[in-house]
Amino acid sequence: MATTLQDLNIDYDKPNWCPGCGDFGIWVSLKNAIVQLGLKPWEVVLVSGIGCSSKLPYWVKTFGFNGLHGRPMPVAEGIRLANSGLTVIVIGGDGDQMAEGGNHWLHAARRNVNLTLMVHDNQVYGLTTGQFSPTTNIGEKNKATPVPVVEAPVNIMQLALASGATFVARGYAGDNKQETELITQAIQHKGFSIVDTMQPCVTFNHHNTFAWFYERVYKLEEQGHDPLNKLLAFEKAEEWPLRRPLNEGEKEKVATGVFYKEDRPTWEEGTPQIAEIPLVKQSTENRDIIPLFDELL
Amino acid sequence: MVDLQWLIGGEAGYGIMTTGLMMSKIFTRLGLHVFDYVEYPSLIRGGHNAYYVRGSDEAITSQKKTVDILVSLNAETVKLHMDELAENAAVIFDPSVIKLSVEQFPVSVRLFPIPLLELTKKVEADRLMINTVSVGSSLALCYKEFTVLEKMMQDTFGKKGEDVVAININTSKAGFDYVVENFGPTHVADIQAMPQKHMLMSGAEAIAFGAIRAGLSFAAIYPMTPINTVMTMLVSHALKYNIVVKEPEDEIAGINMALGASFAGARSMVATSGGGFALMTESIGLAAQTETPIVVILGMRPGPATGMPTWTEQGDLRFALHSPQGDFPKVVLAPGDMYEAFEDTMKALNLAEKYQLPVIVLVDKHINESHATVEIDAFKSLSASFKIERGKIVSDQEALSETEYKRYALVEDGISPRSLPGQQGGIALSGSDEHDEKGLYNEESAMRIKMMDKRFKKLDVAILNNEFTGPKLIGDPDSQLTIVSYGSTKFAILDAMRQLKKENISVNFLQVTYLEPFPSVVFNEMIGKAKKTLIIENTKVGQFEGLIREKTGYVFAHNLRKYDGRPFYPEEIVECVKQLF
Repeated sequence: MATTLQDLNIDYDKPNWCPGCGDFGIWVSLKNAIVQLGLKPWEVVLVSGIGCSSKLPYWVKTFGFNGLHGRPMPVAEGIRLANSGLTVIVIGGDGDQMAEGGNHWLHAARRNVNLTLMVHDNQVYGLTTGQFSPTTNIGEKNKATPVPVVEAPVNIMQLALASGATFVARGYAGDNKQETELITQAIQHKGFSIVDTMQPCVTFNHHNTFAWFYERVYKLEEQGHDPLNKLLAFEKAEEWPLRRPLNEGEKEKVATGVFYKEDRPTWEEGTPQIAEIPLVKQSTENRDIIPLFDELL
Repeated sequence: MVDLQWLIGGEAGYGIMTTGLMMSKIFTRLGLHVFDYVEYPSLIRGGHNAYYVRGSDEAITSQKKTVDILVSLNAETVKLHMDELAENAAVIFDPSVIKLSVEQFPVSVRLFPIPLLELTKKVEADRLMINTVSVGSSLALCYKEFTVLEKMMQDTFGKKGEDVVAININTSKAGFDYVVENFGPTHVADIQAMPQKHMLMSGAEAIAFGAIRAGLSFAAIYPMTPINTVMTMLVSHALKYNIVVKEPEDEIAGINMALGASFAGARSMVATSGGGFALMTESIGLAAQTETPIVVILGMRPGPATGMPTWTEQGDLRFALHSPQGDFPKVVLAPGDMYEAFEDTMKALNLAEKYQLPVIVLVDKHINESHATVEIDAFKSLSASFKIERGKIVSDQEALSETEYKRYALVEDGISPRSLPGQQGGIALSGSDEHDEKGLYNEESAMRIKMMDKRFKKLDVAILNNEFTGPKLIGDPDSQLTIVSYGSTKFAILDAMRQLKKENISVNFLQVTYLEPFPSVVFNEMIGKAKKTLIIENTKVGQFEGLIREKTGYVFAHNLRKYDGRPFYPEEIVECVKQLF
């Protein structure tokens, strides 16, 4: 039986994000993607860290693991190695994935683990009430710094490209159709895929609002971008975020869509122990270790 | 009677470790009881390495203080180890490299100048093979036949081809023959070979073999002394047994990968030392909160910070017991020898899954990296009698028939049946937040209490199920003195007890074999029968002594502590005990 949106709904709770939060858009798009791909809910695992967006797995009826701040990626990698039959999606915010967990996804990218990282990028810490994050723009006034932010933001697209991610995309929570399409492609992609979704925080980020993005986003594919060209992808990613204050009269251009994709063997494919049967399906009973003792004589 | 300790010293990077292990295996093959111990700095090249091999025709379980045969590959070795030499010790050296005379030594010694370098040239071997020459010479000093070494070279290097076997045989034979021709055979001892019943095993190997036998499916291990051998052993057998072993980017990733694999249904483990454990701690709480099974092998070494990375100490006991934040149940097992390391690792993997909680196997450098002879038959029978128990895992059929599966169902024994991702009907979320039966975050007072009590109930049930054995009382129950300790100190304690017995001092040993949950009642019963007590531990502050006081109220009148990075020597314990009488 085909999976329906109804199958993915839980009946004992509902999202408690602020009304108007960009997380709603991503939530809906993710469920749409699962339905469109015809995935069985019990064969999907959503793995998240800590933050507003990391609550998402609670509100989708699939398997879920809500771990520690910054650490969902290695959990997801372990799940993939143990059961390569599962569709694994990591969900984290810009704080969770770019600050505390920054180390992990870079390695997941170079390993080319076959999973999808969804970054809910609202450029601010929401759950802790509004401190700046690694993707906050230079010059933002903020409760975590006595002077406007001086740190250059992380360029997630470039970092992903440099780390060896094999599917690199940016979405916008205000465009469900595109977001659904990007998530669908990311899940289908064999290897490490990242979708960084610009997701306005209606409570703590009064600068990068839906309206702000609406005026600045454009779609790469409409400009004839070639997603197989890595150098071009790097150039497009350089457009935004800026590592300098905005010039007088300047207006940012925020590219969305697939920046880059390539085909490269996955970590799982490089692990012969799971080439034929997922690890969890293999019997470990009655292993004969006596031959090992010969080495100790 | 033969009880001799051989020592090879030289610069790191010159094959001291390989040579030492070879000597250990020769003694093992001659049917002796063997214990070896290695000291080395945290360097690849240039520091001083020392490999001690003790062989005896009586049972021994520890290195000893005095050296009977010293192989000094450089002048520094003589300087550093001169004071350890036994009366009439043999010193093997190359007179073209070092000048030695008997007057230099604090005790009378017998010098065996052997042209090690020249002999390598003679058999057209690399000059680095002087250590192999020295093995042949060492053998000639205590055993009459070369064949044992010849056979070992064949077994050791057979896979590398005939040429490698031949050069190793020729080189060691040159050393053997030189001694026989110039000094005569068996100068130091005349070992009478006995049928071999033992194999030579390190604690790390015991752990790795235990894990393999117990059905380990997944390990993510970041390299760190003293658990590297656990990793390399698992890796070298990974393809044979289909165990996925990965090297993560750090220990945080390591334990989280293992938790992910475990959550998905693979039996999982990590191994680390104090510094890596520090990084893992938050995730150990995650394992407890999500009730995801995990085994952590924690190999202690002297801290804090980098401390003395290649030495030994028991200073992480409290750290293992108390980290990280929050109250939660965990199990800490403390093996004291290779048999227990093997058994405890197997047991840990069962306990973690049966009770869905973190289990720490607390070891240290001394047990992990020392080798001891162990009975082959005993290991075969431990292996044969072990049964994998995976606890309450929902079957695919059961999951299908669930109408409303609850991952954290409040069941009487606290152990909620665990579904696995992929199971239709078993859909669930495991979260680090406090949660209700379905796994949904929940901060209500009543639910918090229920969930806390449920998690702790599992430990009570494990105790009721007699999952934990010990403490062990070793020796005569009526002894004048009871030594209390845990972990690798067992090696020296048992050895000291044998020596004391020869001097008609009867001492027994109360070995604490697990530390959490603490066996307070049994401990009190047993210590109540002791006439006089002494607690021994490798710490400065007495972490173990304090733990016992906290858990049982028992106050020790005497303690013996050591915190210089070295393990206890039986002689130190003997001396301490004698002072108490």
